[in-house]
Amino acid sequence: MTFSVRKESNGVVVVAVDGQLIVGNRQELKQRILDALEAGDRKFLVDFSRTGYIDSSGLGVLVSLSKKIRDQGGDLRLAGLNEDLKTLFELTKLDTLFGISDSPGEALTAF
Amino acid sequence: MRPALWADVRAFEQAAEGLEAELRLRIPSDVAFVEEAVDLVARHLEASFIDRSLVRFNLRIALTEALANAIYYGNAQDETKGVAVRVLFGRHAVHLEVTDEGGGFDYRFLPDPTLPEARTLPTGRGLFLIRNLVDEVRFNATGNSICMILRRD
Repeated sequence: MTFSVRKESNGVVVVAVDGQLIVGNRQELKQRILDALEAGDRKFLVDFSRTGYIDSSGLGVLVSLSKKIRDQGGDLRLAGLNEDLKTLFELTKLDTLFGISDSPGEALTAF
Repeated sequence: MRPALWADVRAFEQAAEGLEAELRLRIPSDVAFVEEAVDLVARHLEASFIDRSLVRFNLRIALTEALANAIYYGNAQDETKGVAVRVLFGRHAVHLEVTDEGGGFDYRFLPDPTLPEARTLPTGRGLFLIRNLVDEVRFNATGNSICMILRRD
């Protein structure tokens, strides 16, 4: 699993997850986003277009990041979930906790 | 020296469930090994089990959850303890057994992570996902061994 991080012209930090977001690597994603939050960024988009699967640890990190970002007046949105991943968010009812867009492009206009 | 993941595959016969092969692994109590172990099991099953999409998603997540629980809660990340995985599989059924060296837990009383007050918590979804992603879940009496079963006709 690798992450790529870029900042859009509208200030949104986009983190693309390539591979799995699971127990063995979730801390890396958490730290990258917390570092950006600490540096003053407030708008975050996690792009799952190239993600295979997410486990409960990965979901937990997203939940905890979302709370931290909101507490700082920011927003965390998700995009690019395939049908399996959408089902996972629906099953856990986490689709009610996150702003979820079909594509990263669509998500960028939603902030 | 860092303990390594250990695996063995052999023929197995349990005609009732159509289980033809057996894969055994022993995994050190370190979550850094989880992805490699899950990949190894999934590669064997993708070549055998009839529904590859179920292996690619449901089985990978369920096994990841069971291994993480065994390492974190069962073995408390004790490096002297390991996690045993036994996979019995055929074209139409997979039995995944994950056993740790801990004292077990009471799997009957688990809070529902989808309740509004639980949704904002970062933990408590592992066993819920397992139960929803496989067809049947069994525990041994001690509660330190879980068997996850997938079936497709």
